[in-house]
Amino acid sequence: MSAALGRYLPLLLLALTWEAVARLGLVSSLALPALSDVAAAWWQLLASGELLTNGAASLYRAGAGLALAISIGGAVGILMAWWRPLLVVAGPLVELLYPMPKSALIPVTALWLGFGDGSKILLIFLGCMLPVTIGAFNGARGTDQALLWSARSMGAGRLGTLWDVVVPSALPEILNGIRSAIALSFVLLVSAELIVARDGLGYMIGFLGAGGVYDAMFAVVLTVALLGFAADRCYRRAMNRVLLWRL
Amino acid sequence: MATLIGRSLAGASLIVVLLVAWQGLALSGRVTPFMLPPLTAVLERIARDAASGELALQLGATLYRALAGFAVASVGGVALGLLVARFAALRWFFDPIISVGFPMPKIAFLPIVVLWLGFHDASKIAMVIVDAIFPVLTATIAGAQAVPRELLWSAKSMGASDRQAWREIVLPAALPELLTGLQVALPIALIVCIVAEMMTGGVGLGGAMIKAMRFADSRGVFAAIVEIALVGYVLVKLMGAARRRLLIWHPEAQR
Repeated sequence: MSAALGRYLPLLLLALTWEAVARLGLVSSLALPALSDVAAAWWQLLASGELLTNGAASLYRAGAGLALAISIGGAVGILMAWWRPLLVVAGPLVELLYPMPKSALIPVTALWLGFGDGSKILLIFLGCMLPVTIGAFNGARGTDQALLWSARSMGAGRLGTLWDVVVPSALPEILNGIRSAIALSFVLLVSAELIVARDGLGYMIGFLGAGGVYDAMFAVVLTVALLGFAADRCYRRAMNRVLLWRL
Repeated sequence: MATLIGRSLAGASLIVVLLVAWQGLALSGRVTPFMLPPLTAVLERIARDAASGELALQLGATLYRALAGFAVASVGGVALGLLVARFAALRWFFDPIISVGFPMPKIAFLPIVVLWLGFHDASKIAMVIVDAIFPVLTATIAGAQAVPRELLWSAKSMGASDRQAWREIVLPAALPELLTGLQVALPIALIVCIVAEMMTGGVGLGGAMIKAMRFADSRGVFAAIVEIALVGYVLVKLMGAARRRLLIWHPEAQR
């Protein structure tokens, strides 16, 4: 406990500086509401249920988009390593699309599917698929040949080796790809909700900011930032547990 | 070599097939031109914007913001990273900030940055810096800390000053990782810049795109997508070429 406190002391210092700067009136409260006011606003948003309903809308979009990205992206990546013709056709496409700033898809998905859930789910799916695909591809391609040969010689079928040998040995890289996908999904979600949405945490930020309710806006911004951080931490912990067998 | 050419031919032909499929689908009448305008119409639009100077204006604004932010994030990230790797007190201070800040979706801070710095270039560049500096910073710290101690000791024993040792030994030894950090940061800079432009509107590819969307001008939206995809591709390729040039002495170049 005290070790954790010592480690995160700098963050505490920053928070105290924030509070002091705002309380002493060094900057306008419009530019920087005091941290305690932000906390009070956060509590109010939570009590009124606004934070929960909008948060649920956001998490649903991120979760659905990520689930699609992980299942389809992972399958494509493994098949690319497994079946050469797919690599020949899909490889250059992945290379071409990978550096594309995915936020450019925000207006198109809105044109296609409107301002609701569908456009965000499609955006997150399209934007987060490639990191998973590339991770799965690199992982599956790096499968130890000796393991494959042993599995085959012991009578495993083609599909059996794919499932029992290739997928587990690609797992670390797949999981790493998913980790970047999670981070990316938050970025895409918040951007899309800030720009085109009628609900969700990103929409709340824009709405509160436009209305000049800055302490509440800061509260939602911090909520989103902390959610992103917490998601990454939980995921990393789960990932390490899943990979325990790998020594 | 032959397989390399064969592979890029296969890749190019797939892209051609996709573009033809786009055109065919758009003309088949199965989708409205609003959902998917024909490729030729989109290219025509790009050509028209290029001829009128509109494209250069938008592209210039976006590239200026993204690259200015990227430059500051690179120089600042490397300098701060080296200092953090060198001084334990700085490491104590920045370590929790980096480990909390890196995985955060920093784009959520955009409305605050706009509140502070206004709707013009400054807020966009600041947002790019905030987002792009983290990969540079972490890569620099990791690279500098992984430098073999023996190298530093030898340099010191041969009379190198602290500063010389850091410039002549640590910086080159950390260069591969540092460049990886820059390679991660560059697309982030472009993404963040475009999102910031979309949110605040005005000049720039992102602003032009969101304006086209609001006016239901889907040709404009698709033209902007093609332009942005090309810009991203070219920037990433240039960065890769720069890496090969800078690391020509490194074993990785021989592979």
